[in-house]
Amino acid sequence: MSLVSRAAPVQRSYAPRRHRKLGRVVLRYVILIAVLIFAVFPFLWTLAIALTDKHGGGSIYDFPASLFPRAVTLRNFVEVYTTFSLGKYVWNSISITGMTILGTLVVSALAAYPLARFRFPGRDLIFGVIVATLVLPSETTFIVNTLTLKELGLLGTHVGVVLPTIAGAFGIFLMRQAFLGIPQALIEAARIDGASEFTILTRIMLPLTKPSLAALGIFTLVASWNAYFWPMLALSGAPDSVPLSVAVLKLKGQFNYDPFNIAAGALIMMIPVLLVFLSAQKLFMRGMEGAVK
Amino acid sequence: MIRSQRPTPGKPPLSGKPKYSLRDTLLSYGFLAPALILLAVFTFYPLAYGSYLGFTEYGGARFGQGLPPKWTGLDNFRTLMADPLFLKSLLNSVKYLIIVPILQLASLAVAVLVNKNLPGMAFFRAAYYVPVVTSISLAAVMWDWVYNKDGTLNWALGAVHLVSKNQMFGWLNNEYTAFWAVMLVTFWRGFGYYMVLYLAGLQGIPAELEEAAVLDGASSWKRFWSITVPMMKPTILLCSLLSTIAALRVLEEVLVLTNGGPLNSTYTALMYVYSKAFQGFDFNYGLASAAGLVVAAVALLLSAVNFRLFRDSSGDGA
Repeated sequence: MSLVSRAAPVQRSYAPRRHRKLGRVVLRYVILIAVLIFAVFPFLWTLAIALTDKHGGGSIYDFPASLFPRAVTLRNFVEVYTTFSLGKYVWNSISITGMTILGTLVVSALAAYPLARFRFPGRDLIFGVIVATLVLPSETTFIVNTLTLKELGLLGTHVGVVLPTIAGAFGIFLMRQAFLGIPQALIEAARIDGASEFTILTRIMLPLTKPSLAALGIFTLVASWNAYFWPMLALSGAPDSVPLSVAVLKLKGQFNYDPFNIAAGALIMMIPVLLVFLSAQKLFMRGMEGAVK
Repeated sequence: MIRSQRPTPGKPPLSGKPKYSLRDTLLSYGFLAPALILLAVFTFYPLAYGSYLGFTEYGGARFGQGLPPKWTGLDNFRTLMADPLFLKSLLNSVKYLIIVPILQLASLAVAVLVNKNLPGMAFFRAAYYVPVVTSISLAAVMWDWVYNKDGTLNWALGAVHLVSKNQMFGWLNNEYTAFWAVMLVTFWRGFGYYMVLYLAGLQGIPAELEEAAVLDGASSWKRFWSITVPMMKPTILLCSLLSTIAALRVLEEVLVLTNGGPLNSTYTALMYVYSKAFQGFDFNYGLASAAGLVVAAVALLLSAVNFRLFRDSSGDGA
């Protein structure tokens, strides 16, 4: 009896359920598109502003014309590049980012190798010390680091910006994990052939861990290219040495700035990171997994 | 673990005291030297010296004359407690924590929404992540236009007749809205990041659990609260912890969007530290370091509370 009475309504609701399911899918997409607009709208508007031919008159606040430019031009990009000498800042960004990537890869790989492959007194302690950097309070670090750099005569130089940022737990863990995955037999074979430890690191370990090196390089590239606070502070006395991230905001702060040019400058800064992100999407979408595991 | 230990050739490792080869030890420290030196100079020394500076008078004229820091005990902390700006900054930093539950629930919900085998999901995931790889300075440029008196936000609100033209104001120039406007930018730059962490966690929920709940007729709302949230507790704990500390340490958004204004309404604790040390003319490193110590203490306390809260409420969970 009870079976029958329960089965009956289920049969009747079969068709509406399908409708409901379709409705759910539609609702899901509606929400996703709303979130999408929230996430990317600022970029699209900036793109529209950067492409607008301003000589037709009008301001960036002319809606909806500002969102859908009628006359499109690349002149703003050329103009911001020449009048604000953007090339100088592009070069500064490349210099700082390049040195940071190189430094991070070298320091992390060197430190990770013994942590993964050697037995030596104090290993666990050093490992603990590196883990500790993840949780230690760092609220006053930037004050002391500027004093230290001043003392070393590096304040206001690219090296000064780079040095405090290259040794970090993230890179060391990432490389240690990669080294742990290489079969011991391979290393023993090289040792029997008389290879030095440095040769083993550079000729066996590093080529075999290229994916991890690439991942670390890409994460470092994005972080370093985008960094604002520390470069701004360390280079506050050297306005000609600042990277794009600092320069773009400074241009915006100028009294009589041209918003069309600023938008173009912002995009010039954004494009390299966007390209790297799109080509290495999977890496970012895996999150911190690689490092945490 | 075993894999990482190279047995000394010839001699099997003794079970009692470990035997180390001198060569391996020297090599290891040689390889580790660059990282250890950099960490010592730029991570550990600042922690120690910065803490010491918190109890001294240092900076400004003293620094200019090359005089060393002068020990003043708790004077800096007394000055801080009597400074309404510092109290306001600290309060604002704590108020900023409102973002933590909102950001975490929204990110988890978005992760659940994109965690489905439907066309376009990979695109949505990637697009939501773009703000994460956007520099704060670009975010400032773009959002400043959005928040402008004549910007898109007011235009959109005007278009649906929520605000009339003569009532409009710049969202970052109003002492009541600026704080929330800044927070929205933090939210914008954060939800994609946490979405990815939650997506990784969602892979760990067995599909049978979800299917069983569907068969039992549980609504998706009910499934979210009774399956997803409890199963995701470890990830939620990690993300809330990260998010809590990030919220307390919020500085860059404030610096680039409002510089603490209008009328100090967006001053956060680290903004106070920064401005005491580097803005204006006093370069008061001692007071700034003391303020940094107070922020660190609050961060530590809140992490502990966060941890407790989650462990107690999930006693039956993992």
